[in-house]
Amino acid sequence: MGLLESFVALLEIKDLRARVAAPGGKDILKGVNLTIAAGEVHAIMGKNGSGKSTLAQVLMGRDAYQVTGGSVHYKGIDLLALSTEERAREGVFLAFQYPVEIPGVSTSYFLKAAVNSIRKHKKLPELDSVAFLKLVREKMAMLKMDASFMNRAINEGFSGGEKKRNEIFQMAVCDPTLSLMDETDSGLDIDALRIVAEGANRLRGPERAILLITHYQRLLNYITPDVVHVMLNGRIVRSGDKALALELEERGYEWVEKELAAV
Amino acid sequence: MTQLAEPTQSVACLFAAPVPTLSGITWLDDLRRVAWQHFQETGFPSTSEEDWRLTNLAPIARTAFRPAAIDLAAGREILGKFTFAADAAAEMVFVNGLFAPTLSSLDHLPASLQISSLAKSPHEQLGRLAIHANALANLNTAAFADGAMVRVAKSATIPRPIHLLFLSTLADHPAVSHPRTLILAEPNSEFAIVETYAGVHGGYFTNAVTEIFAGDDSRIDHNRLQQESHEACHISTTSVRMGRGTRFVSHSSTLGGKLTRNDLSVLLSGQYGQATVNGLVLLDGTRHCDNHTLLDHAATDCPSHELYKHVLAGKSTGVFAGKILVRPGSQKTDSKQTSKTLLLSDDACMNSQPALEIYADDVKCTHGSTTGPMDEEQVFYLRSRGVQHDAARQLLTYAFAADVTRRIKVEPVRRRLEDYMAQQQGLPTDLRIADLGGANEAVVNS
Repeated sequence: MGLLESFVALLEIKDLRARVAAPGGKDILKGVNLTIAAGEVHAIMGKNGSGKSTLAQVLMGRDAYQVTGGSVHYKGIDLLALSTEERAREGVFLAFQYPVEIPGVSTSYFLKAAVNSIRKHKKLPELDSVAFLKLVREKMAMLKMDASFMNRAINEGFSGGEKKRNEIFQMAVCDPTLSLMDETDSGLDIDALRIVAEGANRLRGPERAILLITHYQRLLNYITPDVVHVMLNGRIVRSGDKALALELEERGYEWVEKELAAV
Repeated sequence: MTQLAEPTQSVACLFAAPVPTLSGITWLDDLRRVAWQHFQETGFPSTSEEDWRLTNLAPIARTAFRPAAIDLAAGREILGKFTFAADAAAEMVFVNGLFAPTLSSLDHLPASLQISSLAKSPHEQLGRLAIHANALANLNTAAFADGAMVRVAKSATIPRPIHLLFLSTLADHPAVSHPRTLILAEPNSEFAIVETYAGVHGGYFTNAVTEIFAGDDSRIDHNRLQQESHEACHISTTSVRMGRGTRFVSHSSTLGGKLTRNDLSVLLSGQYGQATVNGLVLLDGTRHCDNHTLLDHAATDCPSHELYKHVLAGKSTGVFAGKILVRPGSQKTDSKQTSKTLLLSDDACMNSQPALEIYADDVKCTHGSTTGPMDEEQVFYLRSRGVQHDAARQLLTYAFAADVTRRIKVEPVRRRLEDYMAQQQGLPTDLRIADLGGANEAVVNS
């Protein structure tokens, strides 16, 4: 078998188009093409409003957006045909840019339900309280989190940094194949950033992939990407290696726009 | 008393009838006569009255309700569903408004706890609070057949809850009962009391009145659990007078009834009294519930807190009218009112009306009201972690209500609510509010 035949993309996005699901909703994704192989870490950078977060939400199945064209295949499956929860059970995880506060439901209760729904899907036995607690303690230690997190209502009254750390903690517990991290670095101080990055790095592996969405190059000092993309006006307009991120950091996004305009 | 206890006329007929035969106890007969006169003058309130604008009693007024006989066999049959005698200090059971000693558990009462039938031994405090509170309270005063008199002695603590259980059974005619409760908390006493109004079938009508005299420094945890048949009408008037340093907590939970109206008025008449008034309403179908509350601040240095939550599905309708009245001179009043409603369908409707009437200048009064559908961002968040769509919505609904139920200290009541919600929301029947944790803001004021 040749090299080309053996290559199966973990995630393959072709000409993906989406708009806000409302009458007269604005087009946001205008033909995104992106292929991520197992084992890779990709970063998407871009200005506010370029469509980065929308891409993450669409990949997770947020119905506030309507897909108007294109395709997404994940492990060879038509991802867009799956419900949000089915995507989660298949191993897709979105770490939210703005984690939602859910008063009245503890992280502990919710996470156990989440983990067991994923395990059930994989035909693994559900974790009992003891096994769940063991798993959770291990991940909490890794992220240097206080045990009280588990009994607090999900994200309620958390600081920005705590919320982000809680996202990565949940990510570690859910053990995803494809992690979508939407601006996880924003709102984190340098120590928290390091801890969060370490958590993400542990989820790297030959079978897995990570898609990082970020404004800044800073996070990429800690999670080294294989490929860096620039998103502009709903499309990926440049791709390169880590050096592209440094260039963006130094020169801003305008030169990309100018170069494109010149073509 | 007995003749009075069983008027044979329907309510509709009673409009024109002379006052029923009396007990021979002068003060009581006078009380009833006056109440009856008032009711005859006013009739049932109509929707043209501001307080009744959103609750139409015409269907009740039009129906030839009359009292049903006590049906012990039918009462016994449904008792198991609602009793918690095993966890109670005492359980007094009524069937169709009449005391059912054989179904009650009133043995081994501590000397500091007195529970008796109002028909047998009417107490002169009766009618002192709920006098002319509204037309329905007058009707109750004129027509009640029996009720409960509960008195807790000075400085006594009753460790287990007292349960008053008013059952309604299926009758072959439109049946009405007028349960009456008088609670006397002597100074420095402490206890929890539960009034349960319950039935399984039938379009009967319950018209309850409760008066609570909360003595100085008493600590009362008052619970109302309404689990009437879903075809029934339930109207209640609860009047409370707090003394100096009294701590009064009220939890009102409405699960049943086709048409429900609860009027709760709490008079803070002594310095340093603390009132907490919470409510939970869970409705579906075309059911309707109207809660009117009044926190009447007539003394200085009294905090009061109020939290009412509604979960409305189908085409159900909810009304919350919460009034805070701060009388002249009631300085340092600190009152906070919150009303939150979760609409589970586009056809459900909530009307929430706070009213502040303040006649003192050094006070703090706040109110807040939110009504809205389920937060789709929350649903998406839960789903993105693998929780099924329906399960996510159910969990969020449960959590919304649990914010109130977790404040309930009487365990059998909390369990009843948990069971009901879990069943209604298709959640695991062994789900307990404690499992959800996340009680950050809970228990603050209860």
